[in-house]
Amino acid sequence: MKKNSIILYIVGILLLFEGAFLLLPMIISLIYKDGNWMWYLLTVFICLVPGIPLARIKPGKNLSLKEGYIIVALCWVVLSIFGAIPLMLSGDIPDYIDALFETVSGFTTTGASILSDVTVLSRSGMFWRSFMHWIGGMGIFMFMMAVLPMLGTSDMNLMRAESTGPSVERIVPHVRDTARLMYSMYFGITIAEIVALLISGMDLYSSALLTFGTVGTGGFGMVNESCGTYTATQQMIIAIFMAASGINYTFYFFIISRKIKEAFQIEEVKYYLAIVLTSTIIIAVNISHIYQSTGESLRQAFFQVSSIMTTTGFSTTDFDRWPELSRTILIMLMMIGGCSGSTAGGIKVYRIVLLMKQFAKELSVLRHPREVKLLRMDGNTVKEPVIRSTNVFISIYFVIFFISLLFISIENYDFTTGFTAVAATINNIGPGLSLVGPTCNYGFFSVYSKIILIFDMLAGRLELFPMLLFFSMLKPRRK
Amino acid sequence: MNIVIVGCGKVGMVITKLLSSEDHNITLVDEDSEAISAVTNHYDAMGIIGNGVSYQTLVEAGIKDCDLFIAVTDSDEKNLLACLIAGRAGRCKTIARVRNPIYSHEIDFLKREFNLAMVINPEDTAAMEISRVFLFPQVFKIDTFSGGRVELFHFHVTEEMPICGQALSVLREDILKGIIVCTIRRGKDVIIPKGNFSFAADDDVSIATTRKDALAFFKKLGVVKGRVRNAMIVGGGTLSYYLAERLLRSGIETTIVEMDYKRCEELSEGLPAARIIHGDGTNRDLLDQEDLSSFQGFAALTGLDEENILLSLYAGKHSKAKVVTKIGRLNFGSVIDALNLDTIINPSAITADYIVKFARSLSTDPSNDVESLYKLEDGKAEAIEFKIKEESAVTGVALKDLKIRKDAIVCSIFRNGKNIIPTGQDELMIGDRVIIVMSGGRIANIKEILE
Repeated sequence: MKKNSIILYIVGILLLFEGAFLLLPMIISLIYKDGNWMWYLLTVFICLVPGIPLARIKPGKNLSLKEGYIIVALCWVVLSIFGAIPLMLSGDIPDYIDALFETVSGFTTTGASILSDVTVLSRSGMFWRSFMHWIGGMGIFMFMMAVLPMLGTSDMNLMRAESTGPSVERIVPHVRDTARLMYSMYFGITIAEIVALLISGMDLYSSALLTFGTVGTGGFGMVNESCGTYTATQQMIIAIFMAASGINYTFYFFIISRKIKEAFQIEEVKYYLAIVLTSTIIIAVNISHIYQSTGESLRQAFFQVSSIMTTTGFSTTDFDRWPELSRTILIMLMMIGGCSGSTAGGIKVYRIVLLMKQFAKELSVLRHPREVKLLRMDGNTVKEPVIRSTNVFISIYFVIFFISLLFISIENYDFTTGFTAVAATINNIGPGLSLVGPTCNYGFFSVYSKIILIFDMLAGRLELFPMLLFFSMLKPRRK
Repeated sequence: MNIVIVGCGKVGMVITKLLSSEDHNITLVDEDSEAISAVTNHYDAMGIIGNGVSYQTLVEAGIKDCDLFIAVTDSDEKNLLACLIAGRAGRCKTIARVRNPIYSHEIDFLKREFNLAMVINPEDTAAMEISRVFLFPQVFKIDTFSGGRVELFHFHVTEEMPICGQALSVLREDILKGIIVCTIRRGKDVIIPKGNFSFAADDDVSIATTRKDALAFFKKLGVVKGRVRNAMIVGGGTLSYYLAERLLRSGIETTIVEMDYKRCEELSEGLPAARIIHGDGTNRDLLDQEDLSSFQGFAALTGLDEENILLSLYAGKHSKAKVVTKIGRLNFGSVIDALNLDTIINPSAITADYIVKFARSLSTDPSNDVESLYKLEDGKAEAIEFKIKEESAVTGVALKDLKIRKDAIVCSIFRNGKNIIPTGQDELMIGDRVIIVMSGGRIANIKEILE
């Protein structure tokens, strides 16, 4: 029981935070008078009822990394279960599983929607949906740690479990200061984009919502055409901020510490930018016959590449109709994802680079069988546990990927639909190709498929291990 | 001069040997009484048993009246600390041996902040000498003077060379243009050659010249080896680390063979561009697997002399590589010479040499004009640097008209920031720095080079 007290305590704190977050859509509802405010208020109370007593529990001992994983997984599930309530109550999305899918899609910054027409959503509902991206992007625990230090040293294990990338470390000595610094940078980028969009002539409400979707690399649109109806300038702003959100936040930390040279020496960032650039050029050439000018092709290519690579999922055009080469590149980018330590999903550039380096090493070892070569990243040797966890991650990634694909295929959709639906959810992107393409939605899937995709989204956002550990704990133990 | 030496290892011993023969008062400090008596039994020095970092011990060793303090224990940190304490306790100049690669990039800082007169890194110094030979494989050794301004190239005469059997005076008109032949080592003798001298096979010749002229010269001799493009180093010690670092910086592909797996990992961490092979370098199969014959440079730098000699002989036979051998003990010199190994490197001797050079520069009597002194050919010849301060019989006269001693030769003049390889027409002027190479005796004044 002592062991569980800490879990219950954290769940309690989490619910209090969620209650506080829900006040925001309530205020929006009051401002725009869409009449849904009482549903949000009601949910706040639903959160407080178990939240307050749980938060009064005195947490017992420190957390191990394993428990950190389990708590984070559990909390994300709880977060989504409660977060879906107002969407259902207000009638925006009357079916609870649909609302849950939408909420998980929001918190995990996937951006996959079950709505065929997003314009029917109330203003508050749409706000809540996009605001979930913003919370989920940097992470709810990171936020909680930035506001109140919960468990002292154990906070690090929660941060490790929630953050992206194979080797999460503090960038300043205190966990709390690290979390605050991360959120300040996150906040800074958010404000910058909102201001940029306001200057370009967009209203505050749309600017804010699109920004939430961009910096959190979520991708819920506000109109059915996603970002297709905005002006070229606005699209460029969004595209640039998407690309920026896929970069490792250590990069920005170096920038604000005035270590510009070090910032551009981060290997992962260099590879990331190189991939964005090459993919943009190849796709731009490949699609040049579709659009009138080179500039237009470049812009369309850059927007889509930056959206897919950072796993945001906005679109300015129906890339499902692009030539096969471009579509294939986009699918590859889906898997690669952004940088570690960013808000993006996917396997992460860091792991891919590490994998490629291992290939190169193995080839070299074939020629010189007794060669000893340590792998290096950013001039430092990569330690064995990081290499092992990276390899295990990539293996498990594909195992979960194909098992999900197998389960989805029972429903007998075409291969592209099934494949890209799984790819778009496990990598937290949103739109896939074919039936789940940028102009379509996930509404047609059965409840059974939706639950699988919900699992994929959560597993993808938390980088597989927390969810797997969580489910392995659920199975009954033999005494 | 009063000198305190802390650390009685190989280097401490060689320094004691060299300095005690030059009439300095030497006190040795070491914790190992046997190591001390091994040295004091052979050389004229006093021993003190104790910790060289302890102030009390240093006072006992006479740090208050000490002129030069040399710390050459096994530990870098101990050396630095001892120097710091010695510098504060007395008014001596301090020399520390620091060889950990981690500190090698911070030497300037350490030197300044610890107020050290000199930091010596034996492995790095030896690595520098080896890399010089790899970059200029026509020679087996390059000596440098005056902070690297003057270079003395040593090479071995073979029967195929066109200079073999020819007199110096004949060759001067053609092949030896711009080149000064400084010393010839024939058997056990070291000769300063004059015009009627003629070369024979198996002579070891040293010449003073510029790099450009040296390249042209070796081309005429039919030695066409260019700088090596790849090198194999057997043994992964600190020396190998420094050598690989230097070779890689010059764009030479480097392979290191090391037996200890842990050390391999360390090397890989420090030298990402090098190829590190885990295995026994004396295993023939391994050398063949790594294709020994394709290497142009080979350095045997393991901890065992016997192994190094064996490896070098094998590499010399099975590849066209420039071969460098590390040998720790030089007391078997005559046997080793007979083996005809190409280049031999002894880090302790090099270190001792550097320290002794420095000590000599401190002890030079103000009444003589010697700026610095270098030992050549195992001490059988010396290069002496003078600064010409006043007019005398040697200034203002063409060199060919001076009656210079038989055992001396002017090998370089440094004037107005430029180095001149002198010909018979050149004359000495006030302000010149001159390097004289001599085989017998020593002179304290430039005028003494006249007969």
